[in-house]
Amino acid sequence: MKDSKYNERKEEFTLSTGEIIKRLYKQKKNVEFLDETALPGEFPFTRGVYPTMYRGRLWTMRQYAGFGSAEESNQRYKYLLEQGQTGLSVAFDLPTQIGYDSDHSLARGEVGKVGVAIDSLEDMETLFSGIPLNKVSTSMTINAPAAILLAMYVALAEKQGVSLEELSGTIQNDILKEYIARGTYIFPPTPSLKLITDTFAYCSENLPRWNTISISGYHIREAGSDAVQELAFTLADGIAYVEAAEKAGLEVDKFAPRLSFFFNSQMNILEEVAKFRAARRLWANIMKNRFNAKKKKSMMLRFHTQTAGAALTAQQPENNIVRVALQALAAVLGGTQSLHTNSYDEALGLPTEKSVQIALRTQQIIAHESGVADTIDPLGGSYYIEELTDKIEKEVKNYIKRIDELGGMASAIEAGYVQQQIQDTAYQYQLDVESGKQVVVGVNEYQSEVEREADLLKVDPAVEEKQSKKLKRLKENRDNQKVTKSLQELKAAAESGNENLMPYILNAVKVYATLGEITDILRDIYGEYRASTL
Amino acid sequence: MEKKIKVLVAKPGLDGHDRGAKVVARALRDAGMEVVYTGLRQTPEQIVVAAIQEDVDVIGLSALSGAHLHLFSEVVKLLKEENADDIIVIGGGIIPEADQLVLKEKGVAELFTPGTPTGEIVEFIKTNIK
Repeated sequence: MKDSKYNERKEEFTLSTGEIIKRLYKQKKNVEFLDETALPGEFPFTRGVYPTMYRGRLWTMRQYAGFGSAEESNQRYKYLLEQGQTGLSVAFDLPTQIGYDSDHSLARGEVGKVGVAIDSLEDMETLFSGIPLNKVSTSMTINAPAAILLAMYVALAEKQGVSLEELSGTIQNDILKEYIARGTYIFPPTPSLKLITDTFAYCSENLPRWNTISISGYHIREAGSDAVQELAFTLADGIAYVEAAEKAGLEVDKFAPRLSFFFNSQMNILEEVAKFRAARRLWANIMKNRFNAKKKKSMMLRFHTQTAGAALTAQQPENNIVRVALQALAAVLGGTQSLHTNSYDEALGLPTEKSVQIALRTQQIIAHESGVADTIDPLGGSYYIEELTDKIEKEVKNYIKRIDELGGMASAIEAGYVQQQIQDTAYQYQLDVESGKQVVVGVNEYQSEVEREADLLKVDPAVEEKQSKKLKRLKENRDNQKVTKSLQELKAAAESGNENLMPYILNAVKVYATLGEITDILRDIYGEYRASTL
Repeated sequence: MEKKIKVLVAKPGLDGHDRGAKVVARALRDAGMEVVYTGLRQTPEQIVVAAIQEDVDVIGLSALSGAHLHLFSEVVKLLKEENADDIIVIGGGIIPEADQLVLKEKGVAELFTPGTPTGEIVEFIKTNIK
């Protein structure tokens, strides 16, 4: 409506996808927005996966943390637990994530930087010293070598005398998004998928409360995708994992209940809420109709959320406290099962204890003061939210159809299709910020000249040397005959191609074979993935 | 015709965050430069060899893993050893101010942190190229 009396302040209002937002949303004629059968805890779970949601139990407040040595990280975990955090989330350094011991030449400069350095079961023992594993749930952001770190956790539980049925937690274990967006791959897709389905099978027999994978859109969004692409590529990855597991002979209702998801929460609150709602409905339908799942739990999309790192600004960093609060609010309004809130200083460096505390307090304020956790899906029934949920669902289905036409997610990644889509959106966003179409407060508008003070956490520069010494000592003191034997057995099993490798990896970690030694055995057999540059 | 400015955009170390590197590579191309992108997980040695082989004017290093001090310094050092220190080295990523000072002292020409408009990087390269 072009009426000079009612000028609008922008030519058009848009979502992250570039889609136009209408001035007003109204009830559509002949459309029941809220299907009466769509109750929380009922298929297709649009309004939430549990019948009581946060009235029963709040989401798990789970701050991703880890840096330097296992000792330092152990201190940070204990601090977070004392502050009322309810679950742990382990950040590993890059050498650990890519299967190199701390003394490897490619680890130089990286040890203990983006997370904690773990070389062997010995480090894992230190990391969880004084933390009984049956009292916490632990999420581990580990992908290519996920089976090895899970084995270390299991071995540690046995040492602590904790029964495996009691262990709860998550391994990220999502290799496809590593090829797309995050970069910590080791092996090519086929053997990587084998390792993943091995963990599915092992956990379904031994770790009934363990989430065997966290299928992640977070990093896809951080790499620059929009909300629809985040959801579409994540669910398409999920489809690929279910197909791989079925191909490996697993029965869908045996492993599907332990699949979990991980999403980003960006700045547009309402778009994000609709995204989370659409995610649940889409996955429920995929599991029911595409994979013929029968169990309700197989159809339930449970997810972790992290606020958007890419939305943090280095300029006027205190403003990030507000950004994080809004994003966290969206995650809660969207029905997340667990949440990490970023610290305001993370565009400058590693967060301090103080900034991490503010981030955690943000969640506690939302939980206990804001009132949004007192009823289920409070935005359900809003004309805008419902229409947006439907729209996102439809657009995601189009993407999944396109990916199916390309031969599935592995082929779509190999062809570079997914990466190209994300890069185009990322570049467009950058252009929009530079043209001023997208306002970022403190960056392209409302700048101020105030000097920023950065009181940042410093990782002990000696950690690399300390870790190397520790490794040397370990290799002198362990029973090296047992190590050699366990590695030979692992090698034989991997070469056979049809054995589940988890028991062999478990044997190796128990006699203190290192992460690097185990990964090297698999590198020799599986080879290494090389990305093509686009 | 004037020779195009040639830039090697590189990801040293194990870091997989390449959104920034790719956005900058595209912006430099749009500004008329010739850009070679190395892809992930390059050692400083590989980067210097590629820069000399490709005969670039500028190396743009990107790291968000906190390993910038070691990796960026290593690239500058190796360039000197190869008598190729006419190549300008710039860097980007989450680089605390104290580290920026250290790196500039070692010979990194400029560092660009989150929120930098790509136009600023283009401008810097055009002004500083010999």
